[in-house]
Formats: sequence, C-alpha cells, structure tokens
Amino acid sequence: MFSTMLPVFLREETPSVKHTMALKIEQDHNRFRQIVRGKIKANLKKYISHEELIGRKGKDLISIPIPQIDIPTFRFAPRSQGGVGQGDGDSGTPIAVDEDEGSGEAGNLPGEHLLEVDITLEELAQILGEELELPKIEPKGHQKIQTEKDKYAAIHRSGPESLRHFKRTYKEALKRQITSGAYSLKNPLILPIREDKRYLSWKTKPTPECNGLIVYMMDVSGSMGDEQKEIVRIETFWIDTWLRSQYKGLVTRYIVHDATAKEVNEEMFYHIRESGGTMISSAYHFFNKMIDEEYDLGQWNIYGFHFSDGDNWSGGDTDKCISLLQKELLPKVNLFCYGQVESTYGSGEFIRELEDELDSAENLITSKIESKDDIYNSIKQFLGKGK
Amino acid sequence: MNLPPELKRIQEEIEGYARDYGLDFCETIFEILDFKQLNEVASFMGFPNRFPHWRFGMEYERLSKSYAYGLHKIYEMVINNDPCYAYLLQCNNYVDQKIVMAHVYGHGDFFKNNFWFSKTNRKMMDEMANHATKVRKYIDKYGYNEVEEFIDICLSIDDLIDRHAPFIERRGRKVASDLLDPEAEQTVKKIKSKDYMEEFINPPDFMELQQRKIEEDKLKKRGYPEAPEKDVVLFLIENAPLENWQREILELIREESYYFAPQGQTKIMNEGWATYWHSKIMTQRALRDSELIDYADHHSGTVATQPTRINPYKLGLELFKDIEDRWNRGKFGKEYEECDNIETKKSWDKDLGLGREKIFEVRKIYNDVTFIDTFMTEEFCEEQKLFVYKYSPEQEAYVISDRDFRKVKQQLLFSLTNFGQPFIFVKESNYENRGELYLYHRHEGIDLKVDYGKETLRNIQTIWTRPVYLETVVEGRGKIFKFDGEKHSERNL
Repeated sequence: MFSTMLPVFLREETPSVKHTMALKIEQDHNRFRQIVRGKIKANLKKYISHEELIGRKGKDLISIPIPQIDIPTFRFAPRSQGGVGQGDGDSGTPIAVDEDEGSGEAGNLPGEHLLEVDITLEELAQILGEELELPKIEPKGHQKIQTEKDKYAAIHRSGPESLRHFKRTYKEALKRQITSGAYSLKNPLILPIREDKRYLSWKTKPTPECNGLIVYMMDVSGSMGDEQKEIVRIETFWIDTWLRSQYKGLVTRYIVHDATAKEVNEEMFYHIRESGGTMISSAYHFFNKMIDEEYDLGQWNIYGFHFSDGDNWSGGDTDKCISLLQKELLPKVNLFCYGQVESTYGSGEFIRELEDELDSAENLITSKIESKDDIYNSIKQFLGKGK
Repeated sequence: MNLPPELKRIQEEIEGYARDYGLDFCETIFEILDFKQLNEVASFMGFPNRFPHWRFGMEYERLSKSYAYGLHKIYEMVINNDPCYAYLLQCNNYVDQKIVMAHVYGHGDFFKNNFWFSKTNRKMMDEMANHATKVRKYIDKYGYNEVEEFIDICLSIDDLIDRHAPFIERRGRKVASDLLDPEAEQTVKKIKSKDYMEEFINPPDFMELQQRKIEEDKLKKRGYPEAPEKDVVLFLIENAPLENWQREILELIREESYYFAPQGQTKIMNEGWATYWHSKIMTQRALRDSELIDYADHHSGTVATQPTRINPYKLGLELFKDIEDRWNRGKFGKEYEECDNIETKKSWDKDLGLGREKIFEVRKIYNDVTFIDTFMTEEFCEEQKLFVYKYSPEQEAYVISDRDFRKVKQQLLFSLTNFGQPFIFVKESNYENRGELYLYHRHEGIDLKVDYGKETLRNIQTIWTRPVYLETVVEGRGKIFKFDGEKHSERNL
C-alpha cells in the first residue's frame, strides 16, 4: 500500500539527473534571448514613442511584445483553411479559434501572434544605452564617500551572550553529548558547555554611496493637454529606466506647478489637471528649497527635469527663472533638463530665452519635443552627455 | 537511470500488465526529470541532445513560461528508439506516474509494430547526438553566425520532403552527371556503306528525322527533373551548388525530418492507442481505490474536447473503441452494410468477439489517413458531435458550417493529407534554359500564406543561387512568384 510512501524524489538519490544539471538548452535559449534583444533594439524607436510599454512594467521585469520570430515555410493561409471541431452547436454558431495554438506538438510552432518576452528593466536600460549611445554616467566627484553597514552573517566561537546562536549551540552540545555517550534517550537533557557555544557575528561592509535624486517638474496649467502629458509620461519613463540603471538608491520626486508649485506623488503627477496661469519660477523655487532643506550636496547627484509648453506668464517671471537657475540650481545639480512640448496653443518663448541667456551653462540642456516621435531624440539630448 | 525503488516496482507491475494484454515493445527506460529538464527535453522534441539552434531556445522559453503560468503541464514524453526512452515528471504523484507508464507502453508497442515506423532509425538518440556534434564542429570551423544562418534556411524547407516515401524505401542519393551521357550519342550513327549505296542505306529523310529526335530528347533532358520531384530537399542536396558542409547539414536535417514524419502521420492513432491502453491497464488492473479520483481527473483532462480542434487522444481512443465494439458484435461486412433497419442495426450482435484482434491489426497496418477513411462511420461522426468550421467574413469569426458526415470526413482527411502541408514539387531546374528553378504548388483549394511563401522562396534562392519561381493559385488566379536574389516579383498566369 502507498501509505508507506517514502520521499524518494530527493535529487541526491537520482544521480542520473545530476549530469544534466547544467541544461544544454541554455545555449540555445541564450541565443534566442540575444535575437530578441536585437529585435527590441531594432524597434526601440517605435517602443519609445508608444505608451503601452509603460503599462507592462512590473517590479523588475517588463513584458515587451515583439514581432514574431519565426522561420518561414510554405504553409496554408490560416483563414482560408477551416477545420474539424467537436462539440454542440448549430451551423452558424461562432466558435473561438485560438489562432496561435499549434497542434500541441512540440516543435510545431504557433502560427501568428506577437511574442511576449520578459526582460529586466536593467537589460532594457542597457539596450537603451547602447542604441542611443548613452555614455555611462560619471557621478559627481564624491564616489569616495562610503557608508558602513553591518551584516550579521558569520558565526564565531566567542561573543556576547545576547548574540548567542541557540540552534547552533544546541547542535554542538548534542553532537558532543552523543559522541561522548553522555546523551541518554530516557533523559534527553542537553547541557551546553563553554566550548559548544556559538555566537552570531557581524561583518562591516563598506558600500560606496552613490545616491541619485531625480526631480520631475511639470507645468500643469490650462494649456497642457492630455497629449502633452502623455509625452512627458513616456519620456520620464525612459529617463527613469536609464538613470535607475546607473544609480543604486534612486529617489524620484515630482513637482507640478501652474502659478504656484507643490509636490505630488507619481500617480497624481500624470493625472492632475489644474488650470490657470503659468509661473515657472514657482517650480524652480520649490525645487531649490527642496534641495536646500533635504539633500546634502556632497552626497547626492541631483537631476532636474522640467516639462512645459513654455508659455510663461510674463517676461519678469522668466527673468526670475533664469537668475534662479544661474545662481542657485545649476551649481547644485548634475544636470538640469528643460523639455518644451508643443501644446495646442503653440510653443512658448521660454526655451528660446533659456538658450539665449544661459548658453554657456554646461549642465543645462534644452530640448523641443513637438510630437511623440521626437521623444527618442530628446532622450538622447538629455542623457547624451553622461552627467 | 536508477528509478527510485517504489517507482521501479510500479514500472515492473505496469510492464507486466502490458505484456499480459499482448503489447509488444522494446525495452523501455524511464527517467525522472524536474520540470526544467522536462521542458528542455520537450524543446528538443524529446531528445536530450540536438544541434544548436535558437529555435529550440524559443520553444524552451515558450514552454517554461506557459508552465510557470500554469497553462500546461507535460506529463508524458517518449522517444521512438531502441531502447525506448520515456520521461517522468518528478513532482507528479504516483497515480500520474502509473498512467504515464501505461501510456508509454502503448506508444512503445505502436512504435515497434506500426508499419509506418518500420523504416525509422531506432538508434535516433545516437544519431541526433552525432548530428549535434557534427554541427558543433562546423560551428567551430565556420563560425556561429554562418552556420546558424544556413540552418535557418534549412529549417525553412525541412518539410519539403516526400512524406509518403518513408515507408516505401526512399530514393537514395543520385548524382546527376553529364559524364554518363557522352557526346557521341548526340549525332545519328551512320551505317557504313559504299558511296553509291549511301542514299539507300542511310536515307537522308530518315537521318534527318533521327537527328531531330535526338535534339528533342536533349531538350527534354534539359527539363530535369523528368518527373516533378516532391522531395525538394533531396533535389537541392543533389543539384544545388552547396559547400560540402552545407550539403551535410541539409542532409542531416532531412534525415531528422524523415524520422519525425511517421509521428505526424499517425498522431491520432498513436495517441488513441496509448490512451486506450492506459485506460485499460489502469481501470482493470493497476488502479487502487484511493487513486480513483486522481485517475479520473487526469484521464478526463487527457480526453477533454474543445470546439475548435480535434483532440487526437480523444478521437483516436473513441475510434479504437468503436472498432473493437463493431468487430465484437460483427457490425461489419456485406450483410450489416445492406441492412436498412435502424433498430436491427443498432442492436446487431453476432457475438463474434473479434474486437481485440481487429484493433491489433489496425494498429499494425494503418496510418491516420487510412484509419479515418476506413473506420469513421456516420454513426460515429454523429455520436462524437463532429463538425466542420469555416471562417465567416461576415461574422468575422470561425463558425460551425456543417455537420454532414461526408464533409466532416473529407475535411478531416484533407487536413491529415501530407500532414496538413501544401504539396510543393520541383518542376524544372533549367527554367527558360537559364538554370532557374521552377517550383510548383499543387493547389487543392487552399491558398498559401503569401508572405511566408515569399520568404521561403528567398531562402531557396539562397541555396539555388539562380532565380527561383513558385507557381501557385491566389484567390482563384494562377500566379507565379519569383525571387531573383534581389527582389520579389510576381505575375499572373
């Protein structure tokens, strides 16, 4: 009877399995992934201008639909074929045919469908970097700052009682008592002596501190429509993906502004709709204050991205922005990017004035994004300097 | 190969039942794999070792993902080889393993006894490993990309073989050579004569006629192959200007194609037969009370039907059961056929008990096409609720179009003929006297998928190096597609 079933499926007991542990398929699988990667790279421009990818983002993975990779053969056109089925229903009853079902036999590959492949965000960033020829970011000159972290991972023979490892100690004592014959089944009393005791110990690991702060600012005044926000959303997704691959511990914060500025969360950032005038200086002021109050310039690599349609309220405010950038922000940040999206009301003057006034600033980049197709180039402009 | 003792015991038990029932199989070796390894082997189409190619990797990705999402689970896999190899999934419970074993012995019996398998290589496991080694060596010598690109092309045409040839001993390699055809044959031989007799012994009219005949023959020969060649791959191996390593790779891929062909030709029978026997062995012998529910669950999953496609396990099983029942009760032959009383027919029972014997005979000499053609009856079709579906442009969906027995049978047979692949022949290898290759698609009511067709043509052109044509029918009109190495073109016939 099966009631005496033993757990016989332990891997150790089936040595024939062991020699195939490193799967032979790995090579073919890697090659396939490589081809997939090539496909993604070749179609990157298309992916960049489409929003759908963003919805496919999981925690570390993103699922990307790629055109089918297939080997062409002479085969029948699927629709003209028809077939035989089994079940109830009168003639004319529609039936769902899964067009991508193969005959169920291995190797008999599915017909027509998009292939969904999961790749890690890191890999995606890598592809982005390669395709846009983005240089690796050189963090500001304080890579040497290190923090020390304690990790309790080692076992020592001495230590404070508070760190005594009970299980290990018990085991040692048990071993000793059994080998010395002091253990009795009738009175299974385990008494650890000094030599049995084991203590947890820690190792101090220096971790190089390389913190990044990205602040996204968006103009949400009446003139910024959904289409403009979508462009911002797509562009920030890709910027985020890239910067995340460059920094551990990246902090992202969001500021929206019309005539006044406030901080919001990510969700709000893309969906909020305010109306009213535009005073860009309010956002810059807010950003500046945020840095001053919360971030140590010595430890943080700070990035500012600002998107607007460039229709600022008045020349006076623009002057204020320029002086804020010049005196306060630019000296503090690694990079300040201004992207001007075109709204239904046309494109404003702000970008031109920035360019005129702050031409010599090395870490200010401006870019005009007239449509989704420009996102690709705009990302390249923003991140192309490796700051 | 060491099965854990408990499974070893089960294997011996099941094998004993299978032999009792008269199943006849090669020695069968079961291996336990975890799901990763099983997916690997499945991606290699059952073999532990194949030549390196990304398509196996793609299959692996697909299988792993659908396993991870719980969309499928491979229970059973078995290789037609001597000894027969079969795999068990490590995490399955014992009753599943029992079913799989019983099922595998069914396949083993079929592999060994069905005529369509009689010419298959029973040492394919080694052969495949040799192929893998060979290709790896070529990769070392010529580079990964070069070899991979060529394999891509080979796989694109690997189904252009003569699927009906594997049983009929297939044609060996033949080298076309002009040397065997000496120049001397090309003028009419004169018979020696004296001058004054010349006119009578070698009359000019006759000589001219003979000369013309020779010229005509020569022209005909240019139209090589003389008969349309269905084994397109063989034709290319023999006649295309390939490098030796390329020829060898194409040959080994053709070899593999022929190895898999009978499995495609007997899918319904093979699965039906195995299902019949796992069900017999389990329900009559091997099943314990406590396993009943698990067994029922597993078995009903195996034979579940979907409205959209034929489940070969189900169809094959039912047909074998139907045959057994008919031959047990004598529901065949002239007397039965000619009886027109439905009631009498229904309760017909001559108590012949020939069923078991009959199904063993059927598994020996039939393939899917002849199996369905011979044994599918109107009653069976109705009982099994079979229907034909078609794409309806108005409803933008596939709809049930007919339940008529003849139509169902015709459609089913059609989809099985040539393994559901279009018939493609080499018609001319010196088309228009320019060394161009002319392929012909025998159109039987279904168009080719044009974009795929064009790409395949491009691949064939790469092998042939001269322009390549394909004659087919698109939406009722004869068409010739051409790829000349740079661009595609087409014209109407």
